[in-house]
Order: sequence, then structure tokens, then C-alpha cells
Amino acid sequence: MTALARKLAVYVVTAWVAITVNFLLPRLMPGNPIQTMIGKLQGRVTPQTQQAIQLQFGVGLHQSLWSQYLTYWSQLFHGNLGESITLSAPVSTVLGQTLPWTVGLLGVSTVISFALGTLVGIALGWRRGSWLDGLLPVSTFFQAVPYFFLGTVLLLVLGSDLHWFPVLGNYARGLTPGFNGPFIFSVLRYAELPVITIVLSSIAGWMLGMRNMMITTMDEDFVLVARAKGLPTRKVVSYAARSAILPSVANFSLAIGLVVSGALLVELVFNYPGVGNLLLQAVLNQDYPLLQGIFLVITLTVLAANLIADFVYVALDPRVRQEA
Amino acid sequence: MTVNADDLLPAGQLPAGQLPDTVIAKTRLRAVHLPRSPKAITGLIIIAVFALLTLIGPWIAPFAPNDNAFAPNLHPSAAHWLGTSNLGADIFSQLLNGARATMVVGFVAGLIATLLSVIIGITAGYIGGGTDEGLSLAANVFLAIPGLPLLIVIDSYLPASGRSNTLLIGVIISVTGWAWGARVLRAQTMSVKRRDFVEAARVVGEGRLRIMFFEVLPNLLAIVASSFLFTMLYAIGTYVALAYLGVTSTSVWNWGTMLYWAQSSNAPLTGAWWWFVPPGLCIALVGTGLALMNFGVDEFINPRLRAAGLSRRGMRQAGLPRHPKLGVTPVVRKATRAVPAPAAVTATTAGAGAGQAGGTR
Repeated sequence: MTALARKLAVYVVTAWVAITVNFLLPRLMPGNPIQTMIGKLQGRVTPQTQQAIQLQFGVGLHQSLWSQYLTYWSQLFHGNLGESITLSAPVSTVLGQTLPWTVGLLGVSTVISFALGTLVGIALGWRRGSWLDGLLPVSTFFQAVPYFFLGTVLLLVLGSDLHWFPVLGNYARGLTPGFNGPFIFSVLRYAELPVITIVLSSIAGWMLGMRNMMITTMDEDFVLVARAKGLPTRKVVSYAARSAILPSVANFSLAIGLVVSGALLVELVFNYPGVGNLLLQAVLNQDYPLLQGIFLVITLTVLAANLIADFVYVALDPRVRQEA
Repeated sequence: MTVNADDLLPAGQLPAGQLPDTVIAKTRLRAVHLPRSPKAITGLIIIAVFALLTLIGPWIAPFAPNDNAFAPNLHPSAAHWLGTSNLGADIFSQLLNGARATMVVGFVAGLIATLLSVIIGITAGYIGGGTDEGLSLAANVFLAIPGLPLLIVIDSYLPASGRSNTLLIGVIISVTGWAWGARVLRAQTMSVKRRDFVEAARVVGEGRLRIMFFEVLPNLLAIVASSFLFTMLYAIGTYVALAYLGVTSTSVWNWGTMLYWAQSSNAPLTGAWWWFVPPGLCIALVGTGLALMNFGVDEFINPRLRAAGLSRRGMRQAGLPRHPKLGVTPVVRKATRAVPAPAAVTATTAGAGAGQAGGTR
């Protein structure tokens, strides 16, 4: 598994870079933004919060950068991401409540978008020049529309005007959260429109990539041989598709970053209580500890998703397995 | 994916002396093959219109974008084509003014990121070894870190003067946008550097830098163009998202700021579509234009896609079978078909399979 080990090493380095950037940014930025923030906070927060902020950003502690860095790491290992200023709660607690919603929304939309986009891409590539090609410009347009704009339009037309979907929030008010039927049903209903938005915006990328690879793969000899052997079309297509899907999986890391960025904004539009909404609050209130905690957690989540994609790649491509 | 070197030659370098005039005209057209696909032409027109708006938008705007001199919340009318905002500013003027910042940030970020990716990608691919390991690692790290959250953190630490500086924002966006292009260029460089002409240049004694940027780079121009378009698309989307969140200065007019103000004054919920739909559509149109141009570049790089992108009538005109056959690569070469002197032309298109349209593998 040398290939997988290498990938893992890259992710470890990436995580280290993200954490270090997180540490250095507030300290190296011109204009001393943290000092300004603490000045503004005088009297607004408890001494305890103030102390937590000083510890996190190393203001007024007269420590060297290196010893601040070590403190930062030890805090991190204890699961301590600092104290949110506006919410007066530990950042890790706040994120623990919101992250599941975002991961759920993103996970479901990404799986649907990838599966559907790949299937349509296979069809487009296999039957090139058919009426299906009319989908290309349409999907390009949807890809170019900003996620949040598409979300706004869908919210208005399908949600507010036609009342096809419930909107704003994550479940109907008055339900008790827990493992009961009405609650789960409501959660699913409220997630429909955000999921549709994310799928519509992100599907074109998978579709086009798959179509282009499919067209190229169909000219390979092994596809011709499969056909010549008299295999049924379905089997021939699946042979070609398995080979053509590899770049899509390999490019997952690029795509997931864009999808995550878009989905965060979709949450804002639908008032979905996930990390995206939290991010907006943090930006508006200049809640730097919260902002940094969110960045770190998003990055680590994306790295985890990449790792899963790499496992899938190994499962699909026997050549990678044999290298070990 | 091979780049056909012939297509990249300027028309003047073709052996024009041997060809009759009509052929020269055809070959000259062929040298700028890119805009001939209908998709690419559409994209080019869209982008040209918006490029023009970038230049003259603020001049042709009927009013100043911040001029709150009119009645608030007006519906579209002859005097105010897109109505007025809740503060009484002309929305159409805001739209025209917003084009400049949006396009400039996209262009600057695309340009810088592409430059970075060319330098890093070709260096990594050509030199190889430890340099390659280090640069590839850097590219992979930047690919894995999600761009928008990082940019939000960076930008929210900027002082107010920095947030309203569109050029600075463009530069910062480019830092997160170069990695993909670098990875693709590195892979292509590694394939080009093994070809004979590069070997020949090395034997002749050309310097490393010269080989990298005068021998290898010209063969990658199509990929560089594609990477530029893609990065510009990414940069515009990111800039608009940052502005929509209110991370960049809300007093610099761009389409994202317009959406920010429309959202914060509840324009979507009050049904004021003329406020939030036009900027969204403009963003989408620019994005579609760039993506369509990218289609053109893709078809240029990969002749197989060129045939696949044809309409049914186009396929019939090119003499291709109606239903694709397995094992046969339809390659469209209209220029060679139209020329009555195949022998002379075949010489110039030799590396390209020199076939008639619908040629076999």
C-alpha cells in the first residue's frame, strides 16, 4: 500500500500546514487585529473568556513564538479550540452541535451528485451525439451559477411561492429531537431543497469529467475486444466505465473543496443551522476564535473525505494494489 | 492527451510558399482553430461583451451607484431599468459598475495563479527528483485545504483598507488557486520532456531554463489556456462568495456586494427579483462563457472530443457515421477536406494523423 501511505503522509502534512497557518495568521497579520479585538471586548466578556483569548493568541503573555506554538499544540491535543466570544461557549462544543448537520447535508448531496453525475456522464459518453448532448450547455450554466444564488431562487420559487418544500431551518418547530418517526421525517423533508441545490450546482463537474473520459476510453482496445467477444452492451459499458471513472475519483480532492465552499453558503440561504451559518456569525462579529476553529474543523473533515476517496480508488484500480 | 504542435504554430511559420492562396487562407484559419467550434464562439462572444462592460461599465452607467437620490424600492421602469434599492440607489447603475471589480479580480487572480502554476508545474516536471517531491507536496497540500474557508480567515484579519483593495483580494485568491494547474502541467511536462526535440535541445547545449520555457512551454499552451479559464472561473466564484458573506468591503461595488445588500434588505423575500436576479445571472453568464471557451480548448487538445461535440448535422457534413463505432476515432479535419491539393497539406499536418474526416485509427 505504498500509494496509500504516501497519500496519508500528504494529508498529515496538510493538517500540519493548516494548523500552523491557523497559528501564525493572527500573529503575523499587519495592524494587529487581535489587539484591536481585545480592545473592543473590554468589559463585554467575562475575565475567564478574556484569559482564554489571551492564551490562544498569545497576547500580553510575553512568551516567545515557539513556546506559544507548543502551548497551541498542547491545547489542540486536549480538544481545546478556544472560547467563542459571541456565544460565550467553548468553540469545540459549538462545533460539536453544528458539524453533524453540515456533514449530513454534504455527505448525502455529494454521494447523490457523484453517483447521478457519473451515471449520466457514462450515458453521454456512450451515446455521444444523441439528444442527451443537449444537457451539456444546461449543466454548464447550472455549474456557473453561484450555489447561494441558485439556493435563493429555489427557496423563493419552490419553497415560498409553491410550498412544495418546507424551508428555513432543519426540522419543524415543536418536534422533540431524537430517534422518532416524525422528527426523522421532518429532518429529511427540510434537507430536500438544500440537497437539491447542492446537487444541481455540483453535478455538472462529475458529468462532464465522466463523459470526456468515457469518450476517450471507448477507443481503447480492451473495449473493442470486449465487444468483439460478444459480451452484452451492459457489460462492455461497465468495463469501459470502471476504467473511465478513475480520474473522477482521483480529482475528488479538488471537487470536494469547491462543494464544501458552496454548501457552506447554501446553509446561509436556507438558514440551516450548520457550520456555514456559524461561519457567517463569526465573520459578522469578528469572532476570531470561532472563525479559526471552523476553518480547522472544515479542513480536517475535507481531509477525511479525501482519504475515503483514496480508499475507493484503491478498490477500483488493481494496479495500485499490486504496487505494494 | 497530446497537443498537436502544428496547431500551435503561428500562420506565418507554415510552409506557405508551396501552397496556393486559397490554401493559405484555409491554413491561416486552421492556425486559429480554437474559435471555430460553436461552443467556443458563444463563450468568446459572452466574455467579449463582459470585457467591454468592464472597460466602459462605469462610464455608461446612468447614475452613480451610491447615489441614494431616488425614491426607494421602485419597480423597474424606463427611468430605472432595474428599479431602485431600499436606500433609493439605481440598481442598473450598480450592476454596470459592479462588472469592473468582479472581472478584474477574476482576471488578476487567474493570471497570477496561472503564472505560478506554469513556473511550479514545469519546474517540478522537468527537474524532477527532490525538487519535484517538494513542489508536488506543496501543490497537494494546497489542493487539499478548502479554499473559501481559508480565504475567509485571511480576509477577516485584513484591515479595512485591505478589504476594499480589489487587486490585493485578487492576489490572495490566486494563492489558493494555482495548485490544480501546476499538477496538470507537471504531468504534461513529464511526458513532453522525453520527446526527441527536447533531447536534441539538450544535446545542442541549451540551458535548462531555456528548454523549460522555450521548448517545453509552447507545447503546453493549450493546457495553460484551459487552466487560466478554469482559475478565472474559480476566482470569480470565490470573490463573489466572499463579497456575499460581507468579508470584503461592502462599499466596493461588485456583483457579490449587490447580492449581499439585496439579501440583507430581504429583497428575495419581498419579491424584488429585479434586485437579486440580474447580478446572479451576470455571474452565471460569465461563468458559462468561460466554461464554453474551456470546452473549445478541450476539443482543441483532444480531437476525439471535437468529433463528439458536433451536432447531428455537423457530423453528417463531416462525413462521420451517425452512430459512433467502437474502436474508431472520428477525427474532424475540415480544413484538409476543403483543400483540393491533399499532398501539400498532408505534409503540414503530418503529425496529426493527416487523415480525411472520419479517418480511422
